[in-house]
Amino acid sequence: MDTYRADVAHIGKSVIIKGELSGSEDLYLDGEVEGNIDLRNHNLVVGPNGRVRANVHAKDVVIHGKVNGNVTGVDKVELKKSAVLNGDINTQRIVIEDGAFFKGAIDIRKAEPKAEAARPAMQAAAVSATHSAPVSTPVVSSAPPAEKK
Amino acid sequence: MGFFRNIFGGSSEATSVAGESAPRIPRRSTGFHQFTRTILRPDGQKILDLGFTSSSNITFITGLGHRAYNEDVLAEANSSRLVIPGAEAGSTIVDVERFLAEDMQYEPEWFDAVLMWDVCDYLPEALVKPVVERIYSITKPGGALLAFFHTRDAGAEAPYYRYHIKTEDTLELQLGPHFQLQRVFQNRHVENLFHDYSSIKFFLGKENIREVLLVR
Repeated sequence: MDTYRADVAHIGKSVIIKGELSGSEDLYLDGEVEGNIDLRNHNLVVGPNGRVRANVHAKDVVIHGKVNGNVTGVDKVELKKSAVLNGDINTQRIVIEDGAFFKGAIDIRKAEPKAEAARPAMQAAAVSATHSAPVSTPVVSSAPPAEKK
Repeated sequence: MGFFRNIFGGSSEATSVAGESAPRIPRRSTGFHQFTRTILRPDGQKILDLGFTSSSNITFITGLGHRAYNEDVLAEANSSRLVIPGAEAGSTIVDVERFLAEDMQYEPEWFDAVLMWDVCDYLPEALVKPVVERIYSITKPGGALLAFFHTRDAGAEAPYYRYHIKTEDTLELQLGPHFQLQRVFQNRHVENLFHDYSSIKFFLGKENIREVLLVR
């Protein structure tokens, strides 16, 4: 989702949007947005030129640029090394590269078990004592790849 | 500054390896171990990290089931937006009022614990007392504060290190951005600075760092 693809909506760096931004496709945002961004089950990339003053809600959120606002990534939030985020993060998984600036709070939500997977587990629990494994809340340290000389 | 110089061969070389690729040096920390014991239970505590953004620290804090807050106080304190003209012609000072209005803005008694690391040693003089007072006001009674202070042996050129949490008793030091060591506190100065706290414990570190665990 880092690179521009034809099936991803693209907002260029000269575009300024004020108001509600919602959609049902992935979005690469390299311009400015002031308001709210709601992509629900789709992914958002804030490019290196992106300037967002809005609360963000998407499935996966990748930030290269600047965001002032709270960020909800249903699955994952990723701060690249050039990212500047002033706001709270709410997600299941977070990746922060060295060099990223973050000011705010992080809530790691536990993954909700899928209905199909949960049902057998519940049945198993009903017939025997269980050995419960801790629910992981992975936060991945991601060092940027070494530059080739 | 023996430890740092021994590892990096002096401040000039240390500066050259600063940044994201700088190696991490593990160091056992009694102070951090004691701090960790105070925050193990219950889940859901609010922990404020005043150091450089570290994914390791966020991993550790959220892994305990807590809510992690991050605010890089040194980066904010050294921001150009806080520089204003001083009384003397050509001089500049730090805009303390603006700092307090825009930074470290939290509800009173909001945090269960605060990681201050060695921020105090690098803060501009005008901000030391206001920052300490702000930390006190946003920490719950009984909440813990972990702070590190250089000893005189660290030397005036002691480089700034980022602190990454590795385990409950081990930290990793990584050369960070260049901040000038502003002062060296004596134990008595530390006690005076944090005189409102109900308890204060000093732990002697091996590398010219004193670790201080305070309870509000």
